[in-house]
Amino acid sequence: MAKKGWDEFEIGAMLRTFDGSIDDIAGTRQEDRSYSENSSYMASVADWRLIKPVFNKDYCIDCQFCWIYCPDVSIISRDKKLIGVDMDHCKGCGICVEVCPTNPKSLLMFPEQADEETEIAQWPKKDEEEA
Amino acid sequence: MSEMKKIKNLKEFSTSADRFEGANLLCPGCAHSIIVREILNATNDDLVLSASTGCLEVCTAVYPYTSWDASWIHIGFENSSTAVAGAEAMYNALKTKGRLKQPDRNPKFVAFGGDGASYDIGFQWISGCMERNHNMMYVVLDNEVYANTGGQRSSSTPIGSSATTSPAGSISYGEKMNKKDMMGIMAAHHIPYAAQVAPNKWKDMVKKIQKGFATEGAVFINAVSPCTTEWKFDPKDTMMLTDLATDSLVFPLYEVIDGKEFNITYRPKNVVPVEEYLAAQGRFKHLFKDEYKYLIKEWQERVDANWAYLQRREEAKV
Ligand SMILES: Cc1ncc(C[n+]2csc(CCOP(=O)(O)OP(=O)(O)O)c2C)c(N)n1
Ligand code: SF4
Ligand SMILES: [Mg+2]
Repeated sequence: MAKKGWDEFEIGAMLRTFDGSIDDIAGTRQEDRSYSENSSYMASVADWRLIKPVFNKDYCIDCQFCWIYCPDVSIISRDKKLIGVDMDHCKGCGICVEVCPTNPKSLLMFPEQADEETEIAQWPKKDEEEA
Repeated sequence: MSEMKKIKNLKEFSTSADRFEGANLLCPGCAHSIIVREILNATNDDLVLSASTGCLEVCTAVYPYTSWDASWIHIGFENSSTAVAGAEAMYNALKTKGRLKQPDRNPKFVAFGGDGASYDIGFQWISGCMERNHNMMYVVLDNEVYANTGGQRSSSTPIGSSATTSPAGSISYGEKMNKKDMMGIMAAHHIPYAAQVAPNKWKDMVKKIQKGFATEGAVFINAVSPCTTEWKFDPKDTMMLTDLATDSLVFPLYEVIDGKEFNITYRPKNVVPVEEYLAAQGRFKHLFKDEYKYLIKEWQERVDANWAYLQRREEAKV
Protein backbone atom coordinates (compact mmCIF):
# COMPACT_ATOMS: atom_id res chain seq x y z
CA MET A 1 0.00 0.00 0.00
CA ALA A 2 1.42 3.38 -0.99
CA LYS A 3 1.15 5.50 2.13
CA LYS A 4 -0.88 8.66 1.82
CA GLY A 5 0.62 12.02 2.72
CA TRP A 6 -0.82 13.86 5.70
CA ASP A 7 -2.84 16.17 3.43
CA GLU A 8 -4.26 13.32 1.35
CA PHE A 9 -5.94 11.59 4.27
CA GLU A 10 -9.69 12.21 4.30
CA ILE A 11 -11.09 13.95 7.38
CA GLY A 12 -13.15 11.55 9.41
CA ALA A 13 -11.80 8.57 7.50
CA MET A 14 -11.86 5.04 8.81
CA LEU A 15 -8.88 2.77 9.24
CA ARG A 16 -9.91 -0.83 8.69
CA THR A 17 -8.04 -3.33 10.80
CA PHE A 18 -8.81 -6.30 8.56
CA ASP A 19 -9.00 -7.02 4.88
CA GLY A 20 -12.42 -8.42 4.19
CA SER A 21 -14.66 -9.19 7.14
CA ILE A 22 -14.28 -11.26 10.28
CA ASP A 23 -17.52 -12.19 11.91
CA ASP A 24 -16.16 -13.34 15.25
CA ILE A 25 -12.93 -11.53 16.09
CA ALA A 26 -12.90 -12.64 19.71
CA GLY A 27 -13.10 -16.23 18.48
CA THR A 28 -10.38 -15.88 15.84
CA ARG A 29 -6.71 -16.24 16.74
CA GLN A 30 -4.20 -13.73 15.44
CA GLU A 31 -2.70 -16.23 13.01
CA ASP A 32 -6.11 -16.80 11.43
CA ARG A 33 -6.95 -13.11 10.96
CA SER A 34 -6.33 -11.22 7.73
CA TYR A 35 -4.88 -8.02 9.13
CA SER A 36 -4.82 -5.04 6.80
CA GLU A 37 -1.71 -2.91 6.47
CA ASN A 38 -3.35 -0.42 8.81
CA SER A 39 -3.14 -2.73 11.81
CA SER A 40 -0.18 -2.11 14.08
CA TYR A 41 0.05 -5.92 14.23
CA MET A 42 1.76 -5.60 10.84
CA ALA A 43 4.35 -3.19 12.29
CA SER A 44 7.36 -3.94 14.47
CA VAL A 45 8.90 -2.28 17.52
CA ALA A 46 11.75 -4.80 17.75
CA ASP A 47 14.29 -2.00 17.27
CA TRP A 48 13.17 -0.41 20.56
CA ARG A 49 14.82 -3.24 22.51
CA LEU A 50 18.21 -3.13 24.17
CA ILE A 51 17.51 -6.29 26.13
CA LYS A 52 15.26 -9.18 25.20
CA PRO A 53 13.48 -11.98 27.02
CA VAL A 54 14.58 -15.55 26.37
CA PHE A 55 12.07 -18.30 27.15
CA ASN A 56 13.25 -21.62 28.59
CA LYS A 57 10.33 -24.03 28.42
CA ASP A 58 12.01 -26.60 30.67
CA TYR A 59 11.03 -24.71 33.81
CA CYS A 60 7.73 -23.18 32.69
CA ILE A 61 4.61 -24.25 34.59
CA ASP A 62 2.22 -22.43 32.23
CA CYS A 63 0.87 -20.24 35.03
CA GLN A 64 0.22 -17.50 32.43
CA PHE A 65 1.27 -14.59 34.66
CA CYS A 66 3.50 -13.34 31.86
CA TRP A 67 0.60 -13.61 29.40
CA ILE A 68 -1.77 -11.50 31.48
CA TYR A 69 0.78 -8.85 32.50
CA CYS A 70 2.49 -8.37 29.12
CA PRO A 71 1.61 -4.82 28.00
CA ASP A 72 2.41 -5.63 24.37
CA VAL A 73 0.43 -8.80 23.64
CA SER A 74 3.78 -10.48 23.06
CA ILE A 75 3.49 -13.62 25.14
CA ILE A 76 2.09 -16.25 22.81
CA SER A 77 -0.10 -18.76 24.60
CA ARG A 78 -2.08 -21.39 22.77
CA ASP A 79 -4.24 -24.06 24.38
CA LYS A 80 -3.21 -22.86 27.86
CA LYS A 81 0.49 -23.34 27.06
CA LEU A 82 3.13 -20.68 26.64
CA ILE A 83 4.77 -21.30 23.28
CA GLY A 84 7.02 -18.31 22.80
CA VAL A 85 7.56 -14.57 22.66
CA ASP A 86 6.46 -12.39 19.73
CA MET A 87 9.74 -10.61 18.99
CA ASP A 88 8.16 -8.14 16.53
CA HIS A 89 5.98 -6.64 19.27
CA CYS A 90 8.07 -7.10 22.43
CA LYS A 91 9.60 -3.81 23.60
CA GLY A 92 11.89 -5.47 26.15
CA CYS A 93 10.25 -4.01 29.29
CA GLY A 94 11.09 -7.12 31.34
CA ILE A 95 7.75 -7.43 33.18
CA CYS A 96 7.41 -11.09 32.11
CA VAL A 97 10.66 -11.96 33.86
CA GLU A 98 9.64 -10.14 37.06
CA VAL A 99 6.29 -11.91 37.34
CA CYS A 100 7.61 -15.39 36.48
CA PRO A 101 7.30 -17.44 39.70
CA THR A 102 9.47 -20.46 38.86
CA ASN A 103 12.91 -21.11 40.32
CA PRO A 104 15.01 -20.72 38.26
CA LYS A 105 12.92 -18.36 36.17
CA SER A 106 11.58 -19.58 32.84
CA LEU A 107 12.16 -16.21 31.24
CA LEU A 108 15.29 -14.10 31.65
CA MET A 109 16.49 -10.89 30.02
CA PHE A 110 19.66 -10.88 27.89
CA PRO A 111 21.33 -8.29 25.66
CA GLU A 112 19.54 -8.02 22.31
CA GLN A 113 22.49 -9.60 20.46
CA ALA A 114 22.74 -12.64 22.79
CA ASP A 115 22.38 -16.08 21.24
CA GLU A 116 19.25 -17.81 22.52
CA GLU A 117 20.54 -21.39 22.32
CA THR A 118 23.76 -20.53 24.12
CA GLU A 119 21.86 -18.77 26.92
CA ILE A 120 19.44 -21.69 27.33
CA ALA A 121 22.40 -24.13 27.47
CA GLN A 122 23.91 -22.19 30.38
CA TRP A 123 20.67 -21.31 32.16
CA PRO A 124 21.13 -20.62 35.90
CA LYS A 125 20.37 -23.52 38.23
CA LYS A 126 18.01 -23.33 41.15
CA ASP A 127 20.69 -22.77 43.79
CA GLU A 128 22.53 -20.08 41.84
CA GLU A 129 19.21 -18.24 41.58
CA GLU A 130 18.70 -18.20 45.33
CA ALA A 131 22.25 -17.26 46.21
CA MET B 1 -28.34 -10.67 27.22
CA SER B 2 -25.50 -12.70 25.85
CA GLU B 3 -23.77 -15.30 27.93
CA MET B 4 -20.97 -14.16 30.22
CA LYS B 5 -17.54 -15.36 29.16
CA LYS B 6 -16.33 -18.07 31.54
CA ILE B 7 -13.00 -17.20 33.14
CA LYS B 8 -12.36 -19.52 36.07
CA ASN B 9 -8.62 -19.17 36.20
CA LEU B 10 -5.68 -17.63 34.40
CA LYS B 11 -5.09 -20.66 32.17
CA GLU B 12 -8.63 -20.41 30.88
CA PHE B 13 -8.29 -16.63 30.48
CA SER B 14 -5.12 -17.13 28.41
CA THR B 15 -7.15 -18.77 25.64
CA SER B 16 -8.60 -15.31 24.84
CA ALA B 17 -7.87 -13.91 21.39
CA ASP B 18 -6.77 -10.32 22.07
CA ARG B 19 -8.52 -7.47 20.28
CA PHE B 20 -5.74 -5.02 21.11
CA GLU B 21 -2.45 -5.14 19.22
CA GLY B 22 1.24 -4.66 19.90
CA ALA B 23 3.55 -2.27 18.08
CA ASN B 24 1.52 0.54 19.56
CA LEU B 25 3.80 3.34 20.77
CA LEU B 26 3.10 3.21 24.52
CA CYS B 27 6.29 3.20 26.62
CA PRO B 28 7.77 -0.21 27.45
CA GLY B 29 6.12 -1.29 30.71
CA CYS B 30 3.12 1.06 30.44
CA ALA B 31 0.18 -0.18 32.51
CA HIS B 32 -2.46 1.39 30.24
CA SER B 33 -2.36 -1.51 27.80
CA ILE B 34 -2.33 -4.15 30.56
CA ILE B 35 -5.59 -2.65 31.83
CA VAL B 36 -7.08 -2.42 28.33
CA ARG B 37 -6.23 -6.06 27.61
CA GLU B 38 -7.85 -7.27 30.84
CA ILE B 39 -11.01 -5.30 30.07
CA LEU B 40 -11.32 -6.28 26.40
CA ASN B 41 -10.58 -9.92 27.13
CA ALA B 42 -13.30 -10.04 29.79
CA THR B 43 -15.94 -10.40 27.08
CA ASN B 44 -16.38 -12.05 23.68
CA ASP B 45 -19.16 -9.64 22.70
CA ASP B 46 -18.72 -6.94 20.07
CA LEU B 47 -17.16 -3.74 21.32
CA VAL B 48 -17.82 -0.08 20.58
CA LEU B 49 -14.90 1.84 22.06
CA SER B 50 -13.49 5.32 22.26
CA ALA B 51 -10.55 7.04 23.89
CA SER B 52 -9.95 10.58 24.99
CA THR B 53 -6.71 12.20 23.94
CA GLY B 54 -3.89 11.02 26.15
CA CYS B 55 -1.21 8.35 25.96
CA LEU B 56 -3.64 5.55 25.15
CA GLU B 57 -5.29 7.33 22.24
CA VAL B 58 -2.19 8.95 20.82
CA CYS B 59 -0.03 5.82 20.99
CA THR B 60 -2.58 3.37 19.57
CA ALA B 61 -3.58 5.43 16.54
CA VAL B 62 -0.43 6.65 14.87
CA TYR B 63 -1.25 7.10 11.20
CA PRO B 64 -1.41 4.85 9.22
CA TYR B 65 -1.82 2.35 12.06
CA THR B 66 -4.51 1.39 14.55
CA SER B 67 -3.96 -1.05 17.42
CA TRP B 68 -7.67 -1.77 17.84
CA ASP B 69 -9.47 -4.79 16.41
CA ALA B 70 -12.90 -3.38 17.25
CA SER B 71 -14.92 -0.26 16.45
CA TRP B 72 -12.92 2.49 18.07
CA ILE B 73 -13.61 6.21 17.91
CA HIS B 74 -10.71 8.66 17.96
CA ILE B 75 -12.07 11.84 19.49
CA GLY B 76 -11.12 14.95 21.49
CA PHE B 77 -9.58 15.25 24.93
CA GLU B 78 -12.88 15.86 26.72
CA ASN B 79 -15.42 13.68 25.02
CA SER B 80 -14.70 9.96 24.79
CA SER B 81 -17.65 9.60 27.17
CA THR B 82 -20.17 11.44 24.99
CA ALA B 83 -18.88 9.80 21.79
CA VAL B 84 -19.71 6.38 23.19
CA ALA B 85 -22.94 7.64 24.77
CA GLY B 86 -23.98 8.90 21.32
CA ALA B 87 -23.21 5.56 19.72
CA GLU B 88 -25.18 3.81 22.44
CA ALA B 89 -28.14 6.16 21.97
CA MET B 90 -28.12 5.51 18.23
CA TYR B 91 -27.90 1.77 18.80
CA ASN B 92 -30.96 1.96 21.05
CA ALA B 93 -32.87 4.04 18.51
CA LEU B 94 -32.16 1.56 15.72
CA LYS B 95 -33.09 -1.29 18.00
CA THR B 96 -36.43 0.32 18.90
CA LYS B 97 -37.15 0.87 15.21
CA GLY B 98 -36.23 -2.73 14.44
CA ARG B 99 -33.50 -1.59 12.09
CA LEU B 100 -30.49 -3.39 13.57
CA LYS B 101 -28.93 -5.65 10.94
CA GLN B 102 -27.83 -8.17 13.58
CA PRO B 103 -30.22 -7.67 16.49
CA ASP B 104 -28.96 -10.76 18.31
CA ARG B 105 -25.50 -9.29 18.88
CA ASN B 106 -25.00 -7.56 22.14
CA PRO B 107 -22.29 -4.90 21.84
CA LYS B 108 -20.58 -3.40 24.87
CA PHE B 109 -19.97 0.34 24.92
CA VAL B 110 -16.74 1.41 26.64
CA ALA B 111 -15.02 4.81 26.80
CA PHE B 112 -11.44 5.24 28.04
CA GLY B 113 -9.85 8.42 29.37
CA GLY B 114 -6.81 9.43 31.37
CA ASP B 115 -7.13 11.16 34.73
CA GLY B 116 -6.51 14.51 33.05
CA ALA B 117 -9.32 13.80 30.60
CA SER B 118 -11.61 12.51 33.35
CA TYR B 119 -10.92 14.27 36.64
CA ASP B 120 -10.45 17.66 34.90
CA ILE B 121 -11.17 18.29 31.25
CA GLY B 122 -13.96 15.82 30.45
CA PHE B 123 -15.48 15.96 33.92
CA GLN B 124 -18.86 17.49 33.04
CA TRP B 125 -19.32 15.27 29.99
CA ILE B 126 -18.77 12.16 32.09
CA SER B 127 -21.11 13.53 34.74
CA GLY B 128 -23.75 14.00 32.02
CA CYS B 129 -23.35 10.43 30.76
CA MET B 130 -23.62 9.04 34.29
CA GLU B 131 -26.64 11.25 35.07
CA ARG B 132 -28.44 10.16 31.89
CA ASN B 133 -27.52 6.60 32.86
CA HIS B 134 -26.37 5.49 29.42
CA ASN B 135 -25.77 1.78 29.10
CA MET B 136 -22.01 2.24 28.95
CA MET B 137 -18.80 1.85 30.90
CA TYR B 138 -16.41 4.72 31.49
CA VAL B 139 -12.85 3.70 32.41
CA VAL B 140 -10.25 6.06 33.86
CA LEU B 141 -6.63 5.06 33.29
CA ASP B 142 -5.47 6.80 36.43
CA ASN B 143 -1.75 7.57 36.31
CA GLU B 144 -2.26 10.72 38.38
CA VAL B 145 -0.65 13.05 35.85
CA TYR B 146 -0.98 14.46 32.32
CA ALA B 147 1.56 11.97 31.06
CA ASN B 148 1.19 12.49 27.34
CA THR B 149 2.13 16.16 27.45
CA GLY B 150 5.08 15.72 29.75
CA GLY B 151 3.85 15.38 33.31
CA GLN B 152 1.66 18.31 34.34
CA ARG B 153 -0.35 17.90 37.54
CA SER B 154 -4.04 16.99 37.35
CA SER B 155 -6.65 16.98 40.10
CA SER B 156 -5.73 13.30 40.53
CA THR B 157 -2.08 14.09 41.36
CA PRO B 158 -1.56 13.33 45.06
CA ILE B 159 0.07 15.55 47.68
CA GLY B 160 3.86 15.65 47.56
CA SER B 161 4.20 14.35 44.03
CA SER B 162 6.61 16.34 41.88
CA ALA B 163 4.99 17.29 38.56
CA THR B 164 6.23 19.73 35.92
CA THR B 165 3.64 22.33 36.97
CA SER B 166 4.10 21.63 40.69
CA PRO B 167 7.80 20.80 40.87
CA ALA B 168 9.56 19.89 44.09
CA GLY B 169 12.54 22.06 44.90
CA SER B 170 14.08 24.25 47.54
CA ILE B 171 10.83 26.09 48.32
CA SER B 172 8.20 23.45 47.55
CA TYR B 173 7.53 19.80 48.21
CA GLY B 174 5.56 19.54 44.95
CA GLU B 175 1.81 19.09 44.60
CA LYS B 176 -0.15 20.71 47.44
CA MET B 177 -3.74 19.66 46.72
CA ASN B 178 -5.12 16.32 47.69
CA LYS B 179 -6.33 13.86 45.05
CA LYS B 180 -9.95 14.37 44.00
CA ASP B 181 -12.30 11.64 45.26
CA MET B 182 -13.60 10.73 41.81
CA MET B 183 -15.11 7.43 42.96
CA GLY B 184 -17.14 9.29 45.58
CA ILE B 185 -18.31 11.89 43.06
CA MET B 186 -19.32 9.29 40.49
CA ALA B 187 -21.07 7.15 43.10
CA ALA B 188 -22.99 10.27 44.13
CA HIS B 189 -24.66 10.16 40.70
CA HIS B 190 -26.32 7.02 42.08
CA ILE B 191 -25.24 5.03 39.07
CA PRO B 192 -25.82 1.29 39.34
CA TYR B 193 -22.12 0.39 39.51
CA ALA B 194 -18.80 2.04 40.28
CA ALA B 195 -15.57 0.24 41.07
CA GLN B 196 -11.87 0.84 41.64
CA VAL B 197 -9.61 -1.76 40.01
CA ALA B 198 -5.92 -2.56 39.61
CA PRO B 199 -4.34 -4.70 36.89
CA ASN B 200 -2.26 -6.80 39.33
CA LYS B 201 -5.50 -8.14 40.83
CA TRP B 202 -6.68 -9.43 37.46
CA LYS B 203 -9.35 -11.69 38.89
CA ASP B 204 -10.93 -8.92 40.94
CA MET B 205 -10.73 -6.69 37.89
CA VAL B 206 -12.29 -9.18 35.46
CA LYS B 207 -15.07 -9.90 37.94
CA LYS B 208 -15.87 -6.21 38.26
CA ILE B 209 -15.70 -5.60 34.51
CA GLN B 210 -18.03 -8.52 33.87
CA LYS B 211 -20.36 -7.21 36.55
CA GLY B 212 -20.21 -3.85 34.80
CA PHE B 213 -21.00 -5.40 31.43
CA ALA B 214 -23.97 -7.22 32.93
CA THR B 215 -25.29 -3.99 34.45
CA GLU B 216 -28.07 -2.10 32.71
CA GLY B 217 -27.01 1.53 32.92
CA ALA B 218 -23.93 3.59 33.55
CA VAL B 219 -20.77 2.05 34.99
CA PHE B 220 -17.73 3.93 36.24
CA ILE B 221 -14.33 2.26 36.64
CA ASN B 222 -11.22 3.88 38.12
CA ALA B 223 -8.12 1.85 37.23
CA VAL B 224 -4.73 2.56 38.81
CA SER B 225 -2.16 2.75 36.03
CA PRO B 226 1.46 3.10 37.18
CA CYS B 227 3.39 5.22 34.67
CA THR B 228 7.03 4.27 34.40
CA THR B 229 7.95 7.61 32.80
CA GLU B 230 6.22 10.04 35.15
CA TRP B 231 6.25 8.05 38.38
CA LYS B 232 9.89 7.35 37.63
CA PHE B 233 10.50 3.65 38.13
CA ASP B 234 12.08 0.94 36.01
CA PRO B 235 9.68 -0.42 33.32
CA LYS B 236 10.16 -3.97 34.58
CA ASP B 237 8.68 -2.96 37.95
CA THR B 238 5.17 -1.98 36.81
CA MET B 239 3.49 -4.92 38.51
CA MET B 240 5.59 -4.55 41.66
CA LEU B 241 4.46 -0.90 41.83
CA THR B 242 0.83 -1.94 41.35
CA ASP B 243 1.22 -4.47 44.18
CA LEU B 244 2.56 -1.71 46.43
CA ALA B 245 -0.37 0.55 45.45
CA THR B 246 -3.01 -2.02 46.39
CA ASP B 247 -1.23 -3.54 49.37
CA SER B 248 -0.42 -0.21 51.02
CA LEU B 249 -4.12 0.69 50.58
CA VAL B 250 -3.15 3.83 48.68
CA PHE B 251 -5.46 2.34 46.02
CA PRO B 252 -8.03 0.31 47.93
CA LEU B 253 -10.09 -2.02 45.76
CA TYR B 254 -13.82 -1.65 46.27
CA GLU B 255 -17.12 -1.25 44.49
CA VAL B 256 -20.18 0.93 45.09
CA ILE B 257 -23.63 -0.29 44.08
CA ASP B 258 -26.38 2.28 43.42
CA GLY B 259 -24.26 4.93 45.09
CA LYS B 260 -24.70 3.48 48.55
CA GLU B 261 -23.67 -0.14 49.02
CA PHE B 262 -19.90 -0.25 49.46
CA ASN B 263 -18.04 -3.56 49.16
CA ILE B 264 -14.34 -3.80 49.82
CA THR B 265 -13.16 -6.51 47.44
CA TYR B 266 -9.54 -6.91 48.49
CA ARG B 267 -8.11 -6.95 51.99
CA PRO B 268 -4.31 -7.35 51.88
CA LYS B 269 -3.02 -10.03 54.27
CA ASN B 270 0.03 -7.92 55.01
CA VAL B 271 -0.59 -4.22 54.69
CA VAL B 272 2.55 -2.51 53.37
CA PRO B 273 3.59 0.85 54.91
CA VAL B 274 2.79 3.76 52.56
CA GLU B 275 6.45 4.76 52.90
CA GLU B 276 7.44 1.73 50.79
CA TYR B 277 5.06 2.74 48.02
CA LEU B 278 6.46 6.28 48.01
CA ALA B 279 10.08 5.13 48.18
CA ALA B 280 9.70 3.05 45.01
CA GLN B 281 8.99 6.13 42.87
CA GLY B 282 11.17 9.01 41.76
CA ARG B 283 8.27 11.48 41.88
CA PHE B 284 8.30 11.24 45.70
CA LYS B 285 12.08 11.08 46.17
CA HIS B 286 12.33 14.52 47.83
CA LEU B 287 9.89 13.48 50.58
CA PHE B 288 12.73 11.49 52.12
CA LYS B 289 14.73 14.64 52.88
CA ASP B 290 14.63 15.51 56.57
CA GLU B 291 12.55 18.66 56.12
CA TYR B 292 9.78 16.82 54.27
CA LYS B 293 9.63 13.57 56.21
CA TYR B 294 6.57 14.79 58.13
CA LEU B 295 4.68 14.49 54.84
CA ILE B 296 5.24 10.73 54.79
CA LYS B 297 3.61 10.48 58.21
CA GLU B 298 0.69 12.59 56.97
CA TRP B 299 0.41 10.35 53.89
CA GLN B 300 0.06 7.28 56.11
CA GLU B 301 -2.55 9.03 58.26
CA ARG B 302 -4.61 9.99 55.18
CA VAL B 303 -4.49 6.44 53.84
CA ASP B 304 -5.47 4.99 57.23
CA ALA B 305 -8.34 7.46 57.55
CA ASN B 306 -9.62 6.63 54.07
CA TRP B 307 -9.46 2.90 54.79
CA ALA B 308 -11.38 3.40 58.03
CA TYR B 309 -13.95 5.49 56.14
CA LEU B 310 -14.43 2.81 53.47
CA GLN B 311 -14.91 0.15 56.13
CA ARG B 312 -17.51 2.27 57.92
CA ARG B 313 -19.37 2.84 54.64
CA GLU B 314 -19.24 -0.88 53.90
CA GLU B 315 -20.67 -1.73 57.27
CA ALA B 316 -23.34 0.96 57.25
CA LYS B 317 -24.59 0.19 53.71
CA VAL B 318 -25.76 3.78 53.34
C1 LIG C 1 -8.77 20.33 24.66
C2 LIG C 1 -7.36 19.84 24.71
N1 LIG C 1 -6.50 20.39 25.59
C3 LIG C 1 -5.25 19.93 25.68
C4 LIG C 1 -4.80 18.92 24.86
C5 LIG C 1 -3.37 18.45 24.95
N2 LIG C 1 -3.24 17.13 25.58
C6 LIG C 1 -3.16 16.01 24.86
S1 LIG C 1 -2.95 14.64 25.79
C7 LIG C 1 -2.92 15.56 27.21
C8 LIG C 1 -2.68 14.91 28.55
C9 LIG C 1 -3.54 13.74 28.83
O1 LIG C 1 -3.46 13.39 30.18
P1 LIG C 1 -4.37 12.25 30.76
O2 LIG C 1 -5.80 12.45 30.38
O3 LIG C 1 -4.11 12.10 32.22
O4 LIG C 1 -3.89 10.95 30.00
P2 LIG C 1 -2.44 10.22 30.07
O5 LIG C 1 -1.66 10.75 28.92
O6 LIG C 1 -1.84 10.56 31.39
O7 LIG C 1 -2.76 8.79 29.94
C10 LIG C 1 -3.10 16.91 26.93
C11 LIG C 1 -3.10 17.98 27.93
C12 LIG C 1 -5.73 18.37 23.95
N3 LIG C 1 -5.39 17.35 23.14
N4 LIG C 1 -6.99 18.84 23.89
S1 SF4 D 1 4.17 8.25 29.61
FE1 SF4 D 1 3.31 6.83 31.11
S2 SF4 D 1 1.14 6.53 30.54
FE2 SF4 D 1 2.23 7.45 28.78
S3 SF4 D 1 2.82 5.71 27.48
FE3 SF4 D 1 4.56 6.16 28.87
S4 SF4 D 1 4.26 4.82 30.67
FE4 SF4 D 1 2.30 4.89 29.54
MG1 LIG E 1 -2.89 10.72 33.17
